[in-house]
Amino acid sequence: MDTATPVVELKQITKRFPGIVANDSISLKLQKGEIHALLGENGAGKSTLMNIVFGLYQPDEGSIEIDGKPVIIDGPNRAIELGIGMVHQHFKLVQPFTVTENIILGSEPRKGARINYRKATEEIRKLSEQYGLRVDPNAKIHDISVGMQQRVEILKTLYRGADILIFDEPTAVLTPQEISELMEIMQRLIQEGKSIILITHKLKEIMQIADTVTIIRRGKVIDTVKKTETTPQELAEKMVGRNVSFKVDKKAAEPGEVVMHMENILSKNKDGMAVLNSLNLQVRAGEILGIAGVDGNGQTELIEALTGLRHVDGGKITLHGKDITNLTPRKVTESGVAHIPEDRHKHGLVLDFSVSENMVLETYYKAPYNKNGFLQYDEVDKKATRLVEAFDVRTPSIHTMARSLSGGNQQKAIIAREIDKNPELLVAAQPTRGLDVGAIEFVQKQLIAQRDQGKAVLLISFELDEIMNVSDRIAVIYEGQIVGEVLPEQTNDQELGLMMAGSTVKRGAAHE
Amino acid sequence: MSKLMKIFTGDSFILSIVAIIMGLILGALVMLIGGYDPFEAYSALLTRVYGDSYNFGEAIREMTPLIMTGLAFAFAARTGLFNIGGEGQFLIGMTAASIVGIHVHGLPVYIHAPLAVIAGAVFGGLWAAIAGYLKAARGVNEVISCIMLNWIGLYLSNMIINNYALLDGENRSVDIQPTASIAIGWLSEMMGNARVHWGTVIALLAAVFFYIFMWKTKQGYELRAVGFNQDASKYAGMNVNRNVVKAMFISGAFAGLGGAFTVLGVFGYQSVMASSPGTGFDGIAVALIGMNNPFGIILGSILFGTLTYGSAGMSFSADVPPEIVRIVIGAIIFFIAAQGIVRWVLKPFYAKRKKEKVL
Repeated sequence: MDTATPVVELKQITKRFPGIVANDSISLKLQKGEIHALLGENGAGKSTLMNIVFGLYQPDEGSIEIDGKPVIIDGPNRAIELGIGMVHQHFKLVQPFTVTENIILGSEPRKGARINYRKATEEIRKLSEQYGLRVDPNAKIHDISVGMQQRVEILKTLYRGADILIFDEPTAVLTPQEISELMEIMQRLIQEGKSIILITHKLKEIMQIADTVTIIRRGKVIDTVKKTETTPQELAEKMVGRNVSFKVDKKAAEPGEVVMHMENILSKNKDGMAVLNSLNLQVRAGEILGIAGVDGNGQTELIEALTGLRHVDGGKITLHGKDITNLTPRKVTESGVAHIPEDRHKHGLVLDFSVSENMVLETYYKAPYNKNGFLQYDEVDKKATRLVEAFDVRTPSIHTMARSLSGGNQQKAIIAREIDKNPELLVAAQPTRGLDVGAIEFVQKQLIAQRDQGKAVLLISFELDEIMNVSDRIAVIYEGQIVGEVLPEQTNDQELGLMMAGSTVKRGAAHE
Repeated sequence: MSKLMKIFTGDSFILSIVAIIMGLILGALVMLIGGYDPFEAYSALLTRVYGDSYNFGEAIREMTPLIMTGLAFAFAARTGLFNIGGEGQFLIGMTAASIVGIHVHGLPVYIHAPLAVIAGAVFGGLWAAIAGYLKAARGVNEVISCIMLNWIGLYLSNMIINNYALLDGENRSVDIQPTASIAIGWLSEMMGNARVHWGTVIALLAAVFFYIFMWKTKQGYELRAVGFNQDASKYAGMNVNRNVVKAMFISGAFAGLGGAFTVLGVFGYQSVMASSPGTGFDGIAVALIGMNNPFGIILGSILFGTLTYGSAGMSFSADVPPEIVRIVIGAIIFFIAAQGIVRWVLKPFYAKRKKEKVL
């Protein structure tokens, strides 16, 4: 198979950005009919490379060959002409448009001056059947599920005649069921003669579906291996460059008294719809309670209600028996709640502040940081230096803008700040989102360390693996309600997946 | 004070300088097309401003209110607000200072003058705080409310002067009490009666205050956090709405001071105005040139003041229409806003530097 002409061959691609070499003479061969996984940590240069293939960037050195012919891809239009299609991580769809309208956008079939919708719909239906996508061409985007939207993106590339499909972190937004459906679709695409590049940092997916894996670290190709000749352990080590343990090391939990209690919480959105609906939740000292659920089922609102960012319309939240319902965020913080927010750029950090300034975001008004209205930068810097060292935040200096840190280090900075407050309850919302294996390990260890110190930890995550591995107890949220509680050792992905989809309700399993 | 040094060596400073040079060149091209000699014009401009002490003093008079309205705009901008209402705040500050200057009697100069100045600051601040309150409490976009407050400010000022302080038969107020004046008599005499006043000193101090407040105090930290990221500020327990009102008040106080100086230091009375003087809007330009940095704004207003005050000399001795200067200023702002163009011009220089870095 190695003797066949590859459909895409990248030769010694180098791309430099000011101060950094994003791709350092990367070579890669994609054979026809294979799924080639591109594995690497965040910031390893995967996306840069794929943006070069899709014509969004020009390489500084190196060349690209398609079917053995050298080509210059000077823009996405050229890439599409060459049969390259990209399924982006964040979908680029017009919500109120139908599936057909979205797919033909930009290359509308015409009949005179009008758009020939009938022809387009027919063609899309045919494509959808051919690849087993089961997409209704007349459905509106805002009415269909996230998994279905992703298939529309796939159809979009197929409609434009793509033979080479690039998937950028396609499973980040999907439920377990949707992921296995996507895997089937990818296999189907291969059977129909397409070739796929899969960008990911999830080893499980690679082991499940890829044929070949190219591992990139710091802009360089570390190795290209056949999946059958490797193990997840080996891949992880190559990706991170050191030993990593998958097993989350932890002792059995020793739950103590109830620290946080949410009782019959009701919260409505602007339209008067209940986003949290008689929700009940308890977190005990010395345990990690994991909240599993599909994105958009009230997780965000749950955290906001708890941390004072959202008005609670009914029910009661107590912390150590003290009522903290509808207190201001500052009062909630002062009563002992620390919060690692879901969106670190939006809530967690002021990106244009230095690392040092970000370290006192919630405590700047207290002594010793504030003295007679003047900020004591010496004290702030002292604290920042201490935390940066203790939590291994890699930053050129504590005066570096938070913006220029990598995602993992930004997250470490936030975690450092929150844990340093010595909270009673630590709320961690998607604390490992977008982080690579090494950073994930670090974050999870910190959560467990907090638990071992007798703190209550509330973990919200869309990654089932994380919920299963880290939590001591799992509560499943569905449409603003806790629909069940299970113990991680007594359940599996399938059962949780079904509960997350709202099809089974299981109560009391965790209440002995 | 390393921050201070950074201002002069930083990327943005170089960009500003290049943008200014490019603006001057563009103005020269326009002059050439119009058949004027740009060298003669620019040298006439400079001679006018820096040629003799009277004109130099008058140029400083021109620059002073620009510093204040520039600081006003920049202060709000640093906290994430677009205070386009400097004009109205300037006028209200002027009127408040006039009323205190005219109607308060029998105070010694060291109380009366500061009182009038403070009145200008407070009322300018309150005028801006209206827009801040509307934004915080009702979600009204501050741009819209500020524009409306500019017009209300203009006619309210005229109404107050007309009804409470009009000089009979004239379109202006009676003179302020001599005790309210902030003119520097002895310096004025030395400079051929140029209208120099203490306001300039206060303006320079205001820039220092701006710097210390914004970057050294707890309150400034809060305001900057809110300016950069409201969501994170809310998350961190700051009261975003209260900060919006505070920021607008301080911003308006700067503009109001500028108005007070104009009455108390320059004219000694207030005219009934047919249209806005435009100082508030020019302040936006100054703040843009100064990159919203208090010391940059001082430099920006020196440039702006030099160009506008010197333009009269340009038309007088080089026969170039003074409107050309507006083209130059417009071009400078354009180049500062469109940094991409300046970077493109600088590209050969940057490429060299970058290569060195990579190697």
